[in-house]
Amino acid sequence: MWGRLRAMVVKELWAILRDPRARIILFLPPIVQLFIFGFAGTLEVKNFDVGVYNRDGGAWSRELVERLSGSPNVRRIVPIGSADEVRAAIDGRLVIAVVMLDQQFSANISAHRPAVIQAVYDGRRSNSAQIVSAYLDRIVANLGAAIRPTPVVGLRAARSQSVVTNWFNPNLDYLWFTMPGLVVVISMVSGLAVTAQTVARERELGTFDQLMVSPLRVSETLIGKMVPPLLVGTFNVTLYLLLIPTVFGVPLTGSLFAFYVALACYMCALIGVGMLVSALAHTQQQAFLGAFLIIVPVILLSGFASPVDNMPGWLQVLAQANPAKHFLIVSEGVFLQAMPVREVLANTWPLAVIALVTLTAASLLFRSRIE
Amino acid sequence: MEAPLATARGITKRFSKLGPPALDAVDIDILPGRMTGLVGPDGAGKTTLIRLLTGLLDPDGGTVQVGGVDAISEDRSAIGYMPQRFGLYEDLSVIENLSLYADLRGLEPALREERFRRLLEFTDLERFRSRLAGKLSGGMKQKLGLACALVKTPKLLLLDEPGVGVDPVSRRELWRMVRELIGEGIGVLWSTAYLDEAEKCDVVFLLSEGKVLYGGPPAELTRKMQARVFRVFTGAQGRRKILERSLNRDDVTDGTIQGASIRLVMKSHAAAPSWEALEVPADTRLDSAPPRFEDAFVDILGGGPRGSSELARSYRTIAKSAEPAIVADNLTKRFGDFTAAGNISFSVGRGEIFGLLGPNGAGKSTTFKMLCGLLIPSSGDGRVAGFDLRRARAEARQSLGYMAQKFSLYGDLSVRQNLNFFSGIYGLTGTAQRQAIERVIEVFHLGKFLAANSGTISLGFKQRLALACAVMHEPPVLFLDEPTSGVDPIVRREFWTHINGLIEHGVTVLVTTHFMDEAEYCDRIALIYRAQQIAIGTPDELKASVSAKNGVSDTTLEDAFIALIEESDRQRQTV
Amino acid sequence: MSAGFNRRRFYAMLVKESLQIMRDPSTFLIAFVLPMIMLFFFGYAVSLDPPRIRIGVALEDPGPAALSLSTAFERSPYFQVNGARSVETLEHEMAAGRIHGIVVIPQDFSRRLHARGDVAGIQIITDGSLPNTASFFAAYAEGVRANWQAGQAIRISRAAAHPIEVAHRFWFNPELASRFFLIPGSIAIVMTMIGTLLTALVIAREWERGTMEAIMATPVGMSELLATKVIPYFLLGLGSMAVCTLLAIFLFGVPFRGSALGILALSSAFLVPALGQGLLISAVTKNQFVASQVAILSAFLPGIILSGFLFEIASMPTAIRALTYIVPARYLIPPLQSVFLVGDLWVMFSKDMAILLGFGALFFVLAIRATRRRIA
Repeated sequence: MWGRLRAMVVKELWAILRDPRARIILFLPPIVQLFIFGFAGTLEVKNFDVGVYNRDGGAWSRELVERLSGSPNVRRIVPIGSADEVRAAIDGRLVIAVVMLDQQFSANISAHRPAVIQAVYDGRRSNSAQIVSAYLDRIVANLGAAIRPTPVVGLRAARSQSVVTNWFNPNLDYLWFTMPGLVVVISMVSGLAVTAQTVARERELGTFDQLMVSPLRVSETLIGKMVPPLLVGTFNVTLYLLLIPTVFGVPLTGSLFAFYVALACYMCALIGVGMLVSALAHTQQQAFLGAFLIIVPVILLSGFASPVDNMPGWLQVLAQANPAKHFLIVSEGVFLQAMPVREVLANTWPLAVIALVTLTAASLLFRSRIE
Repeated sequence: MEAPLATARGITKRFSKLGPPALDAVDIDILPGRMTGLVGPDGAGKTTLIRLLTGLLDPDGGTVQVGGVDAISEDRSAIGYMPQRFGLYEDLSVIENLSLYADLRGLEPALREERFRRLLEFTDLERFRSRLAGKLSGGMKQKLGLACALVKTPKLLLLDEPGVGVDPVSRRELWRMVRELIGEGIGVLWSTAYLDEAEKCDVVFLLSEGKVLYGGPPAELTRKMQARVFRVFTGAQGRRKILERSLNRDDVTDGTIQGASIRLVMKSHAAAPSWEALEVPADTRLDSAPPRFEDAFVDILGGGPRGSSELARSYRTIAKSAEPAIVADNLTKRFGDFTAAGNISFSVGRGEIFGLLGPNGAGKSTTFKMLCGLLIPSSGDGRVAGFDLRRARAEARQSLGYMAQKFSLYGDLSVRQNLNFFSGIYGLTGTAQRQAIERVIEVFHLGKFLAANSGTISLGFKQRLALACAVMHEPPVLFLDEPTSGVDPIVRREFWTHINGLIEHGVTVLVTTHFMDEAEYCDRIALIYRAQQIAIGTPDELKASVSAKNGVSDTTLEDAFIALIEESDRQRQTV
Repeated sequence: MSAGFNRRRFYAMLVKESLQIMRDPSTFLIAFVLPMIMLFFFGYAVSLDPPRIRIGVALEDPGPAALSLSTAFERSPYFQVNGARSVETLEHEMAAGRIHGIVVIPQDFSRRLHARGDVAGIQIITDGSLPNTASFFAAYAEGVRANWQAGQAIRISRAAAHPIEVAHRFWFNPELASRFFLIPGSIAIVMTMIGTLLTALVIAREWERGTMEAIMATPVGMSELLATKVIPYFLLGLGSMAVCTLLAIFLFGVPFRGSALGILALSSAFLVPALGQGLLISAVTKNQFVASQVAILSAFLPGIILSGFLFEIASMPTAIRALTYIVPARYLIPPLQSVFLVGDLWVMFSKDMAILLGFGALFFVLAIRATRRRIA
């Protein structure tokens, strides 16, 4: 049996590694994607333009505008002259928000009367707009703190404040979240795509019959076909583990050993799914489309695009069957949170279960395909 | 002499900078009212030449003219083209395909009704009018492809291997249809790898490796072989041994098996063979025989291979056994309510070659697949080398060698990697593996190609590699699925030399084929038609049975086949 | 009669293409199943709305002020509080990923609150591994505290407590529902799929099946061939867009303030480069498998990542931002979001449509040049 298995594994490895073009496709796009999506995929809001409709000429309004334009995330201030211009600026996406100061603004502040700023936002980008509004609130609050007179002695003032500490990612650098997530997503895409074609390709070439006629057992064929995606995936992920801390500055704080154990289970789970697709598809192209149709929901349900907690309850239950969801927790944990091994393993056993189920289903399907 | 409809002068076409050109200084003329045959094995350049004639390729050298103008700008409404894969839209019905091509070729609307009626009648597809083209059988697809090419009567008809893979009945019908059109003045180019079709053309161009070896009436070429062909009635026993010996002689250039006799072609200027020379008893019947076109072709290519097989020499001898090597016992396979093969029964003894014949879709591939373990029978039993296919599949598989249709190998892997793989999965390791691989490399002359991708080597070598991969583990039983489809006659003879040698060592062979003369190599044949086994026996027996029935003396195997099929259809209708 | 335009021929090819579309399973998958998946997920699953964050509150001060503040957190609709526990337990929970935020109200909170000249501090600990959630948590937690504080400060004039207030108004989408912009965006992705992926497969399939060869041997012209491929898929794209739009409006409740003409014009303008790209890919690769991979890599992924659909283009580094200029979908997302949430903004629309048509012209020119009547 070992002889047969060895021959199968050697053949599978050659099949994907022999052609120089195929080698490039296996290793280059994931790296390119890591860079492009890493940089592009951010929910931060930076470099935004803010319009200011200042009908007040006073010192306080100038102070506010200066603080706005001086803040690091604002690219430029666009002066607005009229209500129509406000409309046009927002509609035409010239600015994401317009801050409107009425004529009484500075006067109100000086007279200790409540001064109100109107801010309108482009709700078409509601997520970004909200972040901008929180940002604006902070700037205004800081200005407010500078304005507020020192407490009059004798007056009992109840004052509280909050001190914010960000665990794991002190600067809330978005890249620190994206990178571990991309490890999960990119390794899935290449793992699933490689596996899904593997049987369909043999069917198309006509060599599948050769395999079925030979003394190779179904289990040997499957194991043989699992080895290349496993190796390629592990290699790619290892490359990421080297690149991400050094090039992107994201820390790697947890146990590598636990990570690799989880990675192995993750890859097996994905390979199982890929094998299922491959067993059902008749041509390579069908296999590719099938894999693609699976990848999209898997990414969306993994927690990478948006937190699983936000999803409706029944969808959260479905997400439990998604290997990417579990591995994402492990990835974020090992990179940022110095997740203890116990916790990593707690998130790994669902992966092992999924792997077992899908691989068994695939092997049953293969057996019945001989009909 | 009328003006030719199409001419090619000095055509050269290269597909890659290295390696030989696909076509090398080819000259060809197609005249109206004539059947012009373009003959040669796969890879000879037939399809390339036809594509040049349709203006779908640019020549690298020379000129191609159709209807007096350069092929690229020819009037495409005047040509009819049937490509190798028929050009049918599988998702469209018969009538939808016809309408499409009618409109594409510019058939006047007024003529459509009549033309469609005629074509559907001609091709006997009227009752399948609304059936999707993808659901037609191979033969029907071919006829539909022809109909689409004819929908607007062309002046020039270009057919790329229209008869390949189809049952002989359909092939003859196709031929008859096209002959009728020739009678109406159309010029036809019929490309084929079947040499018996070549023989029936008015003019033939023999293509081999891109060069034209001969252009002219086939009879003229055949005549050159006059008085060089002899038939020796050796009887069924020992004919292979005699053939082997004869081929090793210096005065014999070619030889094949024909039923219970062998057919020898002597070198030019050699004397007729004598009993002593052939080492056969003095009363053996030895007749001079009329030459066939194939004999001339082989002669032009330089004659056939020697008779002894290197492969066979080093092969182990399979132990004798009382049990038959292959047994099919009422094998049946049903897919839903469709029976693909019903009650197929035969048994093949040690050292026998058994052939499964039948058109595509008749159940021969299904039977074949059931016996080699690719399909599980719905009912009935099968045994290979004594192992029951249902219960001991893995052991059964170790005992068989398999050569797939179109020689499915791993095209992206090197020749050596393929050899390593196949020997490995059949359980060869270490020294034994190394020795087995070295042995086949030597026997099949694969040494030059070891590092080359197996997808890039020529068809002949692909076939050799496929056979090599099937025999490294020295199985007692060989399953060969259309093992010589598309290769040139020399490679085919070499292949059979190996097989004949292996038979002498006790190997049992189950082979499927479309070539009738290849069926002659078999000890016994089973004819499978419409999921039933309609005849079984030696080639001579089958021929004789039909001869007796029809009162004709010299039935060819093809005639026998057709007669048996027609008989089966008649019986089916009366039931 | 050969290369000149022939109406019968043209019509026959259109009919053939339409019949094939209806009978081919890939069409069903890509033009129907995939859009449904996307709409479904962007309607229900993916949400960039403020999340309901699971947090813990460590109440170390038993005093009434602290208790009242703690209750304020529990009552907030943005938080799901697991009851008050010790800091250590909560820290473990956060490290295990079970909660994503901790509020610590220390022992001396009440005391310092009422001490003069002192400030009572609470600690807000966010889970930085989810930066988006962390920002929201910090902001909303601070908001809870500030509101609670405002409720407490009855004796200080409001002006002293809050000299400046900001009144935020979110135009077009006051409910701040992220699906109101995600769903229109996903319609753009759907059209990319149909326009590029499906079309890329179509010609490659004809090459693979050998029908391309047979067709090229007839008098039909190559441009004619391309046109008859494009038109049915154009209509299919518009049809799919219409179905998705109707679903968006009636099933997901996305407002539609523009006109049918507006969205039709935008979609048509977008389908031109989408189809052109598909044809180009198809003509160059001649192989379905490779064509689908190239289509995914060059149309689908950029459409999702680089078009402004999910991720703000302004926030991307300069180099990547430059890349987005060559992604056609980038010019469709803003107008599409506008036609739903704002209305017909023809000034913006015509500018973007002109760019899209420019891309389209480029792709078509390239596709036509790549589709020669040659096998090799």
